[in-house]
Amino acid sequence: MDLMEKNLELVEIQKLEGHTDRVWSVAWNPVSSHADGVSPILASCSGDNTVRIWEQSSLSRSWTCKTVLEETHTRTVRSCAWSPSGELLATASFDGTTGIWKNYGSDFECIATLEGHENEVKSVSWNASGSYLATCSRDKSVWIWEVLEGNEYECAAVLSEHTQDVKMVQWHPTMDVLFSCSYDDTIKVWWSQDCDGEFECVQTLGESNNGHSSTVWAISFNATGDKMVTCSDDRTLKIWGTDIARMQSGEEYVPWSHLCTLSGYHDRTIYSAHWSRDDIIASGAGDDAIRLFVDSHDSVDGLSYNLLLKKNKAHDNDVNCVQWSRGEGDRLLASASDDGMVKIWQVATKP
Amino acid sequence: MTLGLINANPVVQAKKERLVRTQEDQYRDDGVDPLDIYEYVRDIRDPEHPYTLEQLSVLSEESVTVDDKLDRILIKFTPTVQHCSMATIIGLCLRAKLNERLPLHYKVDILVSPGSHADEDSVNKQLNDKERVAAAMENPNLRQLVDECIFSDEI
Repeated sequence: MDLMEKNLELVEIQKLEGHTDRVWSVAWNPVSSHADGVSPILASCSGDNTVRIWEQSSLSRSWTCKTVLEETHTRTVRSCAWSPSGELLATASFDGTTGIWKNYGSDFECIATLEGHENEVKSVSWNASGSYLATCSRDKSVWIWEVLEGNEYECAAVLSEHTQDVKMVQWHPTMDVLFSCSYDDTIKVWWSQDCDGEFECVQTLGESNNGHSSTVWAISFNATGDKMVTCSDDRTLKIWGTDIARMQSGEEYVPWSHLCTLSGYHDRTIYSAHWSRDDIIASGAGDDAIRLFVDSHDSVDGLSYNLLLKKNKAHDNDVNCVQWSRGEGDRLLASASDDGMVKIWQVATKP
Repeated sequence: MTLGLINANPVVQAKKERLVRTQEDQYRDDGVDPLDIYEYVRDIRDPEHPYTLEQLSVLSEESVTVDDKLDRILIKFTPTVQHCSMATIIGLCLRAKLNERLPLHYKVDILVSPGSHADEDSVNKQLNDKERVAAAMENPNLRQLVDECIFSDEI
């Protein structure tokens, strides 16, 4: 199916209002989608110090705010992430803590608070099995936490190799390899050779590896985990790849290498990039637009990408986060913005 | 806060005459006049001295440029000394003041004038990282200092 041949557009399904300050991030609950027969659930987090949980009614098909997680974080909640089981939500805050929330039917309760970072926590990520949590901060460190029984979390590693504010952490989709990106313009890869919890930095992707020339804001992997996209203040998206089969079968770390740079498409900072299950890369930028990119399948010059579509004025202000829903084939995209809104979009064929 | 002033002997210029602007002077109706922007920021008080940024020549009318097509505003300011550690505070004051006054969709970039600061690139990067700016403004002490500087004409 060649997406470029279809006449596609990004249709706004609904605008979710409620936050009273900018919305920084959104996260789809992994186990709820129409395909599972369960209503899709979306979490959003904001400069108003709260997290909102939104649910789509199966009857009316409209989205409403099911609950507000408040009175816990005392400052901006910068990002949030659902555990793989969908039962827990981790929230990263400028107050220096990471909250762990459990869903008890109609309400959420904060069952644990992870402390340790010296200042603002920027991002939180669960590994594929839910046995590890990673957080990162302006204090330049990346922390790995082990998830134990009885709502207990134990710090397994404090990794201090970035030289500046760490913006995001993201576990690989299938392997226990951790990626972080930073204000120091690099992406670092962390791996534990003996799987004993001793993580170390096994690779740094910087300017000398065809890396970014300014702050790297986000990382996203494709479904198979052999490619990732990164986005930056340098206004480019970069695609990286590795021989994932070799890495999965062997004992050795297999390095990532630069495959492609998408430049000239953005003229403001790109805050977010997300790779869908059916290979569409979405970007959210400081020019209020959302862009979608697809592989051109032009095998002459190696990997290259085409702009599938650009949605101008997707929001009234910067787009901070774009996230594809987890369901197969529904092509739903959620976006978060400085305008205080969350929007739900659908990729559809033009009438 | 440092005990000694970064720049103990600033050069102070006289307060500039405010020009009375006529209807003909008005810029395009749907655009933003750089001089209007300048009006918002010229009286911001310096964090260290009881003078405005204009009086200390940190800002002048030439500091503000507007790209009407893209709705972008660029402000270049000149710290009084090369190693001014107040540069980031001044940048925060500029942003805070403009946040109040400007329509939501305007993009504001704040830079130090080329060659005016020893850590030019590093200061510029910090001033334009909105996440860093947001976190700084949540710091009550910093917020108070910024508020004192931007609301000084109303005290």
